[in-house]
Amino acid sequence: MKIKFIQSAVLASALVFSGAASAGTLEDVQSRGTLICGVSGGLPGFSAPDDAGKMQGVDADVCYAVAAAVLGDSSKVQFVPLTAKERFTALASGEVDVLSRNTTHTLTRDATLGINFTYYNFIDGQGFMVKKSLGVKSAKDLDGARICVQAGTTTELNMADYFRQHGMKFTPKGYDTSPQTREGFEGGACDALTSDKSQLAAIRSELKDPSSAVILPETISKEPLGPVVRQGDDVWFNTVKWVLYAMINAEELGVSSSNIGSKSSSDDPNVKRLLGNEGEMCKGISANLSNDCFMQAVKQVGNFGESYERHVGENTPIGLKREGSVNALWSKGGVIYAPPLR
Amino acid sequence: MVKKPSQHHANIPLHRNPRVRAVVFQVVAISLLLWFLSIIAGNTVSNMAERGITVGLNFMGQVAPFEIGYTPFWDYELGVSKYWEVLVVGIQNTIFVSIFGVFAATLLGFIIGILRLSPNWLVRKMASAYVETFRNIPLPLWIFFWYVAVFLPILPPPRDSFILGAGFFLNKEGLYTPKPLIENSVTASIFFILLLALVVGLFYLRRWAKKRQDATGEIFPFASTALAALLIIPVVLFYALGSPLHLEYAEMGKFIMTGGINLNFSFFVLWFALTVYTAAYIGENVRAGILAVSRGQSEAAHSLGVRHTPTLRLVVIPQAMRVIIPPTISQFLNLTKNSSLAVIVAYEDIVNVFAGVALNNTGQALPIIAITVLLYGTLSLGTSAILNWYNKRVQLTER
Ligand SMILES: N[C@@H](CCC(=O)N[C@@H](CS)C(=O)NCC(=O)O)C(=O)O
Repeated sequence: MKIKFIQSAVLASALVFSGAASAGTLEDVQSRGTLICGVSGGLPGFSAPDDAGKMQGVDADVCYAVAAAVLGDSSKVQFVPLTAKERFTALASGEVDVLSRNTTHTLTRDATLGINFTYYNFIDGQGFMVKKSLGVKSAKDLDGARICVQAGTTTELNMADYFRQHGMKFTPKGYDTSPQTREGFEGGACDALTSDKSQLAAIRSELKDPSSAVILPETISKEPLGPVVRQGDDVWFNTVKWVLYAMINAEELGVSSSNIGSKSSSDDPNVKRLLGNEGEMCKGISANLSNDCFMQAVKQVGNFGESYERHVGENTPIGLKREGSVNALWSKGGVIYAPPLR
Repeated sequence: MVKKPSQHHANIPLHRNPRVRAVVFQVVAISLLLWFLSIIAGNTVSNMAERGITVGLNFMGQVAPFEIGYTPFWDYELGVSKYWEVLVVGIQNTIFVSIFGVFAATLLGFIIGILRLSPNWLVRKMASAYVETFRNIPLPLWIFFWYVAVFLPILPPPRDSFILGAGFFLNKEGLYTPKPLIENSVTASIFFILLLALVVGLFYLRRWAKKRQDATGEIFPFASTALAALLIIPVVLFYALGSPLHLEYAEMGKFIMTGGINLNFSFFVLWFALTVYTAAYIGENVRAGILAVSRGQSEAAHSLGVRHTPTLRLVVIPQAMRVIIPPTISQFLNLTKNSSLAVIVAYEDIVNVFAGVALNNTGQALPIIAITVLLYGTLSLGTSAILNWYNKRVQLTER
């Protein structure tokens, strides 16, 4: 859009004019008193406003947890909704402190965009949804199809790879936002819609007639999604990364937002370190952090599992069963694994 | 003794000599600007380097990892085509929709502007309702509205295309027409040369008709003659030469039609939205231009017995042009810039595929935004230049 274009032009000029050394994001956030967090803002289960207007989802929780750790108050977050195309420029130019917008970790992004991926808060994969009336049973039957996709995503690239690899042709229809993509599919501008699988069910449920579309069985890619920070600020990188690790470690240690009060008397050295009662964990990252930073994050936001079940788990509209999936803890057959907090 | 002017100049001290001062100031200003720009450039590159971004145009030669749907003037091939080709496709699509938009909006704008001054109350009110509706609702909403609420629901899916006859089909992918393929290259060339001759001939006919009219006042019905000639002669020629071309018709494939020529749906919706929106503004310019022509002119024509329409066409509009053209140039530029809203209908203009997708995948914000800005600048200056030239001509022929 024109507005969007002007925005990227402004962001590009921010790269031109910003001072050479502005490494201290942690200090900036603390002196500002709010964390500015880039999210999708329109993606149920990841970041979308609830009825009261509060941003909810696993991506939003990362922002809340970082704010709790860094500022002592999880509510001190300012959310900036970003489209897939805008997000990296917004982060690189300093418009947001953290980008937590279902963003896939890839080599090119890591190496050339001036950004660093911390860790993953959701492991996804790409899939297709098609009009039921077409009678398509597999992604391999999509030769020649028109496919709605969100522009500026890995989704767009994986789809290109997949069709090329299978010697098939397709016509992409690239839109800016999720609602536009859905409207395009629903209106019949395309035969199929592709996105990260976690979203397909949600998008399908938003169709006027959900039974008119079916989700195909194939998963065509790996989409490790996680929070991203600017390159060149190691303290901030460590802060965000370890807040996420702490939420995972808390789950492993059985520490949750509801029992964290009683855990303060625990003798387990691991729990003591997590709560900041032993050793210099948070302080080790930066003297500007309070040593109970992880405790604040878990207390105010919850551990990894709590956040998952609250927003994308079986009992939510997204309804993704965690048990037995890649998103389970490593000790339960999944791949979610955090290094030791010591 | 009177000093010669040159000697007079030589006596002024250098620092007060206006010519010297002008040059010095300009040199200083330009040096400051260059210095400022070099600081910006240096600062930028070091900022980016610090974040691990290398700035440059190297990415242009790399293979673009994504597909582009609508590339009517370029053979874009996924896995082979490079980023510079993405730029080319983007530029082509931007220019394509802008040119069609400018012509259509001008035509519609003139009609609206004239209707707004119609002697008929109902027509006048309807035209002003048109202008108000379009000017008071933002264009992105219009585009989305035409796309999602009007054209997508109206048109059938490719499988159930509207069959318009003569190999024309209409569906949610746009309009499909037969595609002429050359059967016999010798007769085909003769065919095209004769067609060209026809056009040139009509051109001369027009000059002759005008001369004769100026000299004798006799009117030659040029428009209807030309129309008839253009409709009949090519068909006659075509069969006389034994059908040198054959037509490839669009056929239904598994999902969409293949073959034929496709006038893309996204292109159509964007073109339509830009046209009807900009026409509202051009209509206002036309109205203002017509009102600026003194009433005496049309009254004089009327008293000579000239009717309303010929008065408008022959007396009022030629004089109104000089008022209409300058603000209309800026509407043309607006239309071109507004075409950057293309992504709403998934049309692949330069902002969508180059300043959007390519930027997102390469992170080369600076070169990409600079190129895009440069392109819009060039298009704007080019459009202004052409129209200013036209404007001058119109002004000169004014009596
Ligand atoms: N994980 C992919 C895709 C991210 C993405 O943008 N997905 C879309 C569709 S699943 C989305 O989040 N849309 C939400 C929105 O537009 O707000 C990436 O990092 O490129």
